[in-house]
Amino acid sequence: MADNTVSSLVELKEVTFSYPGSSGDRVILDQVSLTVPRGKVTALMGASGGGKTTVLRLIGGQQKANRGDVLFDGQNVSHFTQPELYAARRRMGMLFQFGALFTDLSVFDNVAFPLREHTRLPASLIRDIVLMKLNAVGLRGARDLMPSEISGGMARRVALARAIVLDPELIMYDEPFAGLDPISLGTAAQLIRQLNDTLGITSIVVSHDLEETFRIADQVIVLANGRVAAQGTPDEVRHSTDPLVHQFVNALAEGPVKFHYPGPGVADDFGNPATSGEKGRS
Amino acid sequence: MSAFSPARLLSDLGFATRTKLAEIGHGARLLVRLLVLSGPALGRFGLVRDQIFFLGNYSLAIIAVSGLFVGFVLGLQGYYTLQRYGSSEALGLLVALSLVRELGPVVTALLFAGRAGTALTAEIGLMKAGEQLSAMEMMAVDPVRRILAPRFLGGIIAMPLLAAVFSAVGIIGGWVVGVVMIGIDAGSFWSQMQSGVDVWRDVGNGVIKSFVFGVTVTFVALYQGFEAQPTPEGVSRATTRTVVVGSLAVLGLDFLLTAWMFSL
Repeated sequence: MADNTVSSLVELKEVTFSYPGSSGDRVILDQVSLTVPRGKVTALMGASGGGKTTVLRLIGGQQKANRGDVLFDGQNVSHFTQPELYAARRRMGMLFQFGALFTDLSVFDNVAFPLREHTRLPASLIRDIVLMKLNAVGLRGARDLMPSEISGGMARRVALARAIVLDPELIMYDEPFAGLDPISLGTAAQLIRQLNDTLGITSIVVSHDLEETFRIADQVIVLANGRVAAQGTPDEVRHSTDPLVHQFVNALAEGPVKFHYPGPGVADDFGNPATSGEKGRS
Repeated sequence: MSAFSPARLLSDLGFATRTKLAEIGHGARLLVRLLVLSGPALGRFGLVRDQIFFLGNYSLAIIAVSGLFVGFVLGLQGYYTLQRYGSSEALGLLVALSLVRELGPVVTALLFAGRAGTALTAEIGLMKAGEQLSAMEMMAVDPVRRILAPRFLGGIIAMPLLAAVFSAVGIIGGWVVGVVMIGIDAGSFWSQMQSGVDVWRDVGNGVIKSFVFGVTVTFVALYQGFEAQPTPEGVSRATTRTVVVGSLAVLGLDFLLTAWMFSL
């Protein structure tokens, strides 16, 4: 078991991250600090392009922060050597947006993949573990299907089974609800909560879906413009007075986040100098 | 949008140069990693065997048919030239030398780039686009070791074998045209070939060539797939580049190798 003296499993301290470009760097995260408590479901919300997925990539060590510390179980991820990073990743599971199943392997082989790569377990034991994990996501009967033969919701459940097959301490879900029908969506949300509680996992859920996410999360963090706009329980965030959080939680078209992409003003584009139409903002 | 400014031009130029240099660095690093990981990849021979089957066996039909027709044409053209000097029974030697030294390795490599190289690039590019490579990394499995290295080895092993098939089928093609159709004496066709083709100088050099081409084409295909933009256009452009870069590299290297071999 992990060192429980550190109460938060993941911690970001004043993390800045930007992509280099020819016309200056594009800042994605600007001195973001946040904590993910052990054994809880933490939801990471915010507008598209707000850096939510980047946070997951930083925790998983796929990207490195320009400044600041990303701590996983008290250790700085960006100081890891390759073997240390891989050792840390074996304690994490990640569910990608569309499952990212290996298309040339069957459902069974997809779930068995991490076991076969990392362990020398006999085939019969691998079979039992895989079927147990598939049973947990309700797809034991779909073991022989290929990824092309199953629906998007099922693919994500298979990916979930694959993510938990090595019994990780942390699972990161990258938009697990995107594009799911109401039934699959409800199932997925219930599964996330259930796995978190029964296996004692720590979960980070990146999502846009307000209702489902607020229902299953213990803690909600709202990212906006590269900063943390709100951090607290779902109720605290729902009643936040921050205008940006208010806009997000109530799904308003206008607010601090503009409906119009920044550009030349209406008057400039439509050639009517008399009207001083609303200018695009930057 | 802004007007022309020298400072802007300079910074763009600097950025482009840096990007290009980083690209070359990435490529070199990937090649070194692949060469280093080739040894361990042999340890999981099942993965390599699958790739030899996938790259080699599926290219066999196009290689064999092309070899046959190249052999036919060599037989006809060779006979046309040789009979002017009254030495048409040297046709066997001419066909065999052309194929073993030059056409076998080169045409096989070009066909391989088109048939197997594009498949590799598209496969890896699409795996990248589907986040399968990222997923693998997050499972603490190195995609270069698990996906790229077995394919690299598979390509290197498959290429000389395919070139051998190409040359063998081509010689049969030359025999069909020269001996069966035109009626050259079969005995002199084969005996001239037997006495004139040197195992090391001719066949050996051909094998070295096709080995080098195997490394080149497979590496280009893997690199293009691995560095492709993970979008439909990105994968399509990467696939095209595999054929263009791979073919040009093969033709350029062929000249260098031939010049080097003649100087020995």
